[in-house]
Amino acid sequence: MSVATQPIPIFPPTAAIPLRAMPLAPLSLALTAACRRISRAHPGLIRRLGEHDHCAFALDPTDLPVVLLLEPNGGVPRLRVMRGEVASDARISGPLAALIGLVHGAFDGDALFFSRDLVISGDTGAALALRNAVDDAELDLAEEFSAMTGPLAAPMRRIFAMAERRTGVALTRPEEAGTW
Amino acid sequence: MVMEIVCPAGTPAALRAAVKAGAHTVYCGFNDETNARNFPGLNFDRSEMREGIRFAHAHGAKVLVAINTFPSAGNEALWHRAVADAEACGADAIILADIGLLDYAARHHPGQRRHLSVQAAAANADMINFYAGTFGVKRVVLPRVLSVPEIAAINAETGVETEVFVFGGLCVMAEGRCSLSSYVTGRSPNMNGVCSPASHVDYHEENGVLDARLGGYTIHRTGNGESAPYPTLCKGCFGAGEKAGHLFEDPVSLNAEKLIPQLHKAGVTALKIEGRQRSRSYVAQVVRNFRAAVDALEDGRPLPEGMLAGLSEGQAMTTGAYKKTWR
Repeated sequence: MSVATQPIPIFPPTAAIPLRAMPLAPLSLALTAACRRISRAHPGLIRRLGEHDHCAFALDPTDLPVVLLLEPNGGVPRLRVMRGEVASDARISGPLAALIGLVHGAFDGDALFFSRDLVISGDTGAALALRNAVDDAELDLAEEFSAMTGPLAAPMRRIFAMAERRTGVALTRPEEAGTW
Repeated sequence: MVMEIVCPAGTPAALRAAVKAGAHTVYCGFNDETNARNFPGLNFDRSEMREGIRFAHAHGAKVLVAINTFPSAGNEALWHRAVADAEACGADAIILADIGLLDYAARHHPGQRRHLSVQAAAANADMINFYAGTFGVKRVVLPRVLSVPEIAAINAETGVETEVFVFGGLCVMAEGRCSLSSYVTGRSPNMNGVCSPASHVDYHEENGVLDARLGGYTIHRTGNGESAPYPTLCKGCFGAGEKAGHLFEDPVSLNAEKLIPQLHKAGVTALKIEGRQRSRSYVAQVVRNFRAAVDALEDGRPLPEGMLAGLSEGQAMTTGAYKKTWR
């Protein structure tokens, strides 16, 4: 594991255009199902949120025309993809690649914050609790999503790996370097 | 003898990352007010502590449990329980600051090794020898206000091991005595385990200008493209007379990696990295860097150049009081 030192990739504007018009409900349903699967597999995620486990977190990829609203709901999470103004208790904004890299431990959250690649507003304590909870969970989103596809898991993993190589975005949890 | 690298872990994942990255020793705390990094989402419950220590021991690393806040009147049992549980979990040492708690630990848990926290602000040999003679303290974490010659002078007059901070957030006050955070938030590292708690921090950005506020007071205003600080009063930007500036200290991090040979020569036993509130990614990066440095020193090779600037507060670093200059 190492801190990524390359510039943070920005989502290509043309590729983001469909998100301006496409129906978001199916995407929200799929992401909520994935979230619930993850929270069941990693109960420490909700536990570490503590008093913030009923907060609404707006995850704002600044290079996409949508915002993800994460509501942990004390262990029955919901993740909705929304457009326009989104009310929340805490908001974490930054390029999609930074947000994903943070989940996978490819970036250090404080370093992204100091460099202003990441901006926090609202309840800073809640945002910090979420960051710490996610960091401890050692998530691999590509693996979680691939596992949801059943027999298609193996080709999905290959697609994620290929996308990671081509985009430079940490779509999987980086392999840890060998023990010292 | 190789200098010991003592690394922070705010979560079990960070502990594992530190051990795998080459930490000789990891320090961590329970998820309550008994440790000085009582931040949301951080720290260990009892089973996580037991499992973390087991993991570290299986990989040849030690674990120190920080119980380094000052017990509040009528609530001492919380701290007593932490001492007992740390010993039961197999901690290699506990890090304490409060004299009463040191006395309690020495009487009721005499077999448990005791270190003196930086929170005790023991900054001279007489004080350190008092703690060693009275409470059996084996190691002291020195405050970040001493120069290298002062550290050498202390080591010449005490048999107690010394541990010094070499990287991370820089507390510039006499630790354990500072109440700045209390004035604007009602909470302090000494009593509640939090300096400038996140619950009292908020940021407001407009047209690229970022205001960082603590307890409703604007502590910093940074322009477009400037790095963002965490708002602590000791590193705030204030106006006095006709001047505005950072009166106590700039928002910088400590990096004493180039001073490792001098610290070794000064008789320092262990090098401490600050940052239990930081990610496992930070822990792994910093530990690898410092482990490589102490191994190079041991082998007589030149120290590798670090690449840690991006991880620092304000993205700027200082050698702090080790190379003391005053303005």
